[in-house]
Amino acid sequence: MSNLQSQDYIRISATTVTPPAARSWEDQVAKLIDVTRCIGCKACQAACMEWNNLRDEVGFFEGTYDNPLDLDPHTWTLMRFTEYENPKGDLEWLIRKDGCMHCEDPGCLNACPAPGAIVQYANGIVDFISENCIGCGYCVKGCPFNIPRISQADHKSYKCTLCSDRVAASLEPACVKACPTGAIMFGSKKDMTDWAGERVIDLKSRGFENAGLYDPPGVDGTHVMYVLHHADKPSIYAGLPDQPKISSTVEFWKGLLKPLALGSIAFGVVAGFVHWITAGPNEVQPEDEAEANHLLASKGRPTADPSRSIAEETP
Amino acid sequence: MDLTRRGFIKLTGASLATSSLSALGFGGSGAALAEAVRPFKLTHAKETRNTCTYCSVACGILIYTLGDGAKNARSDIIHIEGDPDHPVNRGTLCPKGSALLDIVHAPTRLQVPKYRAPGSSEFKEVSWDWALNRIARLMKDDRDKNFIAKNAQGTTVNRWLTTGMLAASASSSETSYLTWKVARSFGMLVFDNQARV
Amino acid sequence: MASLAPTFGRGAMTNTWQDIKNANLVVVMGGNAAEAHPCGFKWVIEAKIENGAKLVVVDPRFTRTASVADYYAPIRPGTDIAFLSGVIRYLLENEKIQREYVRAYTNASLIVKEGYGFEDGLFSGYDHEKGQYEKSTWDYELDEQGFAKVDDTWEHPRSVMALLRKHVARYTPEMVSRICGTPQDKFLHICELIAETSAPDKAMTSLFALGWTQHSVGSQNIRTMAMVQLLLGNIGVAGGGMNALRGHSNIQGLTDVGLLSNQMPGYMTLPKDSEVTFDDYMKTRQFKPLRPNQTSYWQNYKKFFVSFQKSMFGDAATAENNWAYDWLPKLDVPLYDIIKAFEMMNHGQMNGYICQGFNPQQAFPDRGKIRRGLSKLKFLVTMDPLDTETSRFWENFGPQNPADSAAIQTEVFQLPTTCFAEENGSLVNSARWLQWHWKAADAPGQAMSDIWIMSGIFHRMRELYRTEGGVFPDPILNLTWNYTDPTDPDPEELAKDMNGRARADLTDPSGAVVKKGGQLLDGFAQLSDDGTTESGCWIFSGCWTDKGNQMARRDATDPRDQGIAPQWAWAWPANRRILYNRASADVAGNPWNPAKPIIQWDGAKWIGIDVPDYGPTVKPSESVGPFIMNVEGVGRLFARDQMVEGPFPEHYEPLESPAINVLHPKVQSNPAVRVFADDRADFGTPSEFPYVATTYRLTEHFHYWTKHARINAILQPQEFVEIGEALAQEKGIAQGSWVRVRSKRGFIVCKAYVTKRIKPLTVDGKPTHVIGVPLHWGFTGQARKGYGANTLTPSVGDANTQTPEFKAFLVNVESVNGPEA
Repeated sequence: MSNLQSQDYIRISATTVTPPAARSWEDQVAKLIDVTRCIGCKACQAACMEWNNLRDEVGFFEGTYDNPLDLDPHTWTLMRFTEYENPKGDLEWLIRKDGCMHCEDPGCLNACPAPGAIVQYANGIVDFISENCIGCGYCVKGCPFNIPRISQADHKSYKCTLCSDRVAASLEPACVKACPTGAIMFGSKKDMTDWAGERVIDLKSRGFENAGLYDPPGVDGTHVMYVLHHADKPSIYAGLPDQPKISSTVEFWKGLLKPLALGSIAFGVVAGFVHWITAGPNEVQPEDEAEANHLLASKGRPTADPSRSIAEETP
Repeated sequence: MDLTRRGFIKLTGASLATSSLSALGFGGSGAALAEAVRPFKLTHAKETRNTCTYCSVACGILIYTLGDGAKNARSDIIHIEGDPDHPVNRGTLCPKGSALLDIVHAPTRLQVPKYRAPGSSEFKEVSWDWALNRIARLMKDDRDKNFIAKNAQGTTVNRWLTTGMLAASASSSETSYLTWKVARSFGMLVFDNQARV
Repeated sequence: MASLAPTFGRGAMTNTWQDIKNANLVVVMGGNAAEAHPCGFKWVIEAKIENGAKLVVVDPRFTRTASVADYYAPIRPGTDIAFLSGVIRYLLENEKIQREYVRAYTNASLIVKEGYGFEDGLFSGYDHEKGQYEKSTWDYELDEQGFAKVDDTWEHPRSVMALLRKHVARYTPEMVSRICGTPQDKFLHICELIAETSAPDKAMTSLFALGWTQHSVGSQNIRTMAMVQLLLGNIGVAGGGMNALRGHSNIQGLTDVGLLSNQMPGYMTLPKDSEVTFDDYMKTRQFKPLRPNQTSYWQNYKKFFVSFQKSMFGDAATAENNWAYDWLPKLDVPLYDIIKAFEMMNHGQMNGYICQGFNPQQAFPDRGKIRRGLSKLKFLVTMDPLDTETSRFWENFGPQNPADSAAIQTEVFQLPTTCFAEENGSLVNSARWLQWHWKAADAPGQAMSDIWIMSGIFHRMRELYRTEGGVFPDPILNLTWNYTDPTDPDPEELAKDMNGRARADLTDPSGAVVKKGGQLLDGFAQLSDDGTTESGCWIFSGCWTDKGNQMARRDATDPRDQGIAPQWAWAWPANRRILYNRASADVAGNPWNPAKPIIQWDGAKWIGIDVPDYGPTVKPSESVGPFIMNVEGVGRLFARDQMVEGPFPEHYEPLESPAINVLHPKVQSNPAVRVFADDRADFGTPSEFPYVATTYRLTEHFHYWTKHARINAILQPQEFVEIGEALAQEKGIAQGSWVRVRSKRGFIVCKAYVTKRIKPLTVDGKPTHVIGVPLHWGFTGQARKGYGANTLTPSVGDANTQTPEFKAFLVNVESVNGPEA
């Protein structure tokens, strides 16, 4: 009945059972962001908002071209600009499209306590299923890239879906299609990796001796990868983690606590059912809200501070 | 990470509020669920080929409209993206082109003719007929009064300088041609376009 | 464009967007292609990746184009002629020109008249009182047959090449650096990169836009690069060209159709007062060839003119009434451009103004003067899909528009129009492609098309003249209006009018009928000057033939993947995609670059992937030049009398400049510029306004429209200026804090973006700071309210085209407290 050729689940949050990958022959997909051919035009941002029906508030100028200032439930991708003076003293304007990396081993999914709220399809896309999301914010903590954002309006977590709806209809994601300079490409992970290799050769011939592919092993690689001119220093690109990995707390939760916790979920099923039939679905209790707000307030936003001086970004 | 037992139980409770049974991994019929999550929105939308209104790259665009063109459906533009067949843009669009939907549906799209009387501090709605009649009256009176048929040397010059016009830069060539015909038939010379800015 | 036509014969982008991928070197100077034309810029990236091309950016700011460049050099705004004249000097001194091309395809060998000269910043013939040139000495020395004399050795001291060498000798690397502030080593490195493309099989493309046009010397900025490209042999070839990246979606079309004060469709010009009779008019439009055998295609002017008048007036235009010559208005001044229009308004010389899809309150210089001008009108009509500032100039919006409504007596009509998605029609892109588009939905509310509105005004006027009589109604009453629905002509009907038809049976020399009366023409070659044909825009002839709407073609087939796509839509003229493509082959007809030929001679005819911009069977031995619109048949290094300020470009300072013109202090700025007295009084001096400002558009925006689009308002929400770190430190301006930027004409209060991307330049030994002022914000739409960059800009234009000098003027800046809340 399904026409989602590439979209069978291979991982589901808060379950102990690994779903059978019914069509394991499917290619894994990847989005390759070639920072070196990006002109920072924000077509990707515009296309993302347009396709996904997202409109943030109109903000303010805050001393940066980063607009909006940070990812939020309406902003699933964002250009981050860094004025970088290289060791030779020449200016480079590093522009990186930020957004979900669709990790092969997703920290958000590992951390998520809500069954089925975060899934990973066989093609590698990590998707948030809003109706299952409880807005707890654990995905925010679990993400090594600081991507998910909790909506104050509906207390759900949001991020890039890699346009799973378009991919299921055999189309490239909206940002990929829009990108005027081909700085965002989409295809099988293998093709994207191969193409990145060609790009790196070209960049080295143009004097970027440390050019390379960013496909971090700490999360078993990602389905959104970068070509960087300075792959030896990812962090100069507006704080792209040098060596991202899932936090030890999440690893702990994943390895030990989660099976135990699922036991307690079984214990809670009766209570949950009672709650469901009396209060109805999708209702958040004040305590839950307070907890979610707490998580929201405590989450780190390393790149969100406009007062952060440019010098700090320069090694 | 604030993972107290109390907090955790509450959170599991909240999660159960939405999906009690799938919690233990009994669910997971992934494909069906995913299809329900994000249905593809263009499946039956009508596709019209057009050209981006902004710059002179003239990217090909596909305009998707609600309704299949049946008489009782009023078409409404729901999405615009690049035309992959177009030799220049090959499906891409810039941040302006990618947001064309928002200019088509801008809250400040004008809906009705408006008129502001001398000294007034507001517009009032008027009918098209009233507006065009009034404009024609003002133009004819001005032309009749200030038309220059001959210059000081007695040369026939047939020009009208007291009313001028700026022509649109995003209107079609067909509109431009008609506009040229009309403006020049009046003898208008103060006539320019946006080529300069 | 009033710089490419004087050089090559036509004023338009020479190549296609996709052809940029064939370049070996891309120079972006006088523009910011990545930000202004992102989807066209993809072909630059393609050139880099697929063709190993280098990208060089020369700009006062480190732009987003610079962010992907292989090499960037800064330059002081308004000094591009000095930079490029230095490049010409470098090419000549180092023998880095494509000699065979220059000899055969440019006027380098032609001899200039005795009496021509250049001294202390002035060319021969200057009239100090009028501020204009008498240009009779800017021409060739002719032989007995009326042809220009030639010296192929370039040794004659008055050969164009010898004069050019002498003219640019002053632009040494030291002088360039002194004027432009560009470090010498960077300048020389760019010279070396450019020089490499003098090889016959290497091409450089020049991508430019308003960064060159919006100067008091704008046309000459472009001409200087056009000359560089001729010297390198880069015109007419794949990956070469002067690629004038036009701004708006149909500004090329509006220019083609002649919606400019002195223009008629197809680059014909309206008569001047001095052209009293039709014979006088035609006498100055003979275009007699100045070299043997040359095409000089404008010799057909009368055919275009008569066919146009027949299209306008039908049977009422006859040989007896000189094809209704007197029904065209005559010009007593060169132009009634917008700057002139607002000057006239301010002096009470205008009563009515119609703004069709145009927002001068935001778009034209000296915003205060614009508002005062509109306030003196009796009536203003705006036609627009959006709620423009112009239509609300009379409304008090606080400091961003402090209007006193009660004191403004202007009647204002705000007429809602359809937008692109709601109508059929064609647009002409920068590469001269006429592309048809289709309506997708109805317009909101009562919005109507511009065609319907203009028809409505016309019909009412005509009816008033019929019933009341009035002054000179002849052209109004006789205007052809034979449309199926006279109140709302179909775009399809208007397109066919422009293409043109036979008005009687047309026969070939054998007497066979090639077109029956009423049939659509195949192209402009079928036009005649006897009244048997009509065509509303001769260069568009061929766009809608008996074979149907050629503009709607959608076959993207691209032979050899070379970026021509000859069956996609239709390009003027005659579906030629690369202008002057005869110059892609050598004198014998073999391609300069065998890997990327465009057309070549096969012994009997010209063959290739593009329509020859040339006689299809003209033999190479006939020595017909590739620049078929020019009377000489060759490209012009020496522009004769085509430019108002001189046959060679010369560096003149902007009207507001921080520096003395070190080349000739007595001739500081363009001597042929037109400045109105009250505008001159509003120029500031460097003592009061020490910083150079330049305006530009951000890639997230399109002029003043996108602030009505929510997504674009989100992407760049609020007005700001860009200030270098050094100046910010000097003035105590913190990142993101509020500043006031003042010029002699007004001030804006906005946020500051303190950036490493603008660095102080050393100009004539002095540090010179540049402030960047993005344009966009106003007081309508969804973005935050702004004062508008045009509050600051001076009301002076390019001496040839009157394009306002938005790119170089003077300001001061100070830190201020922000507005409340």
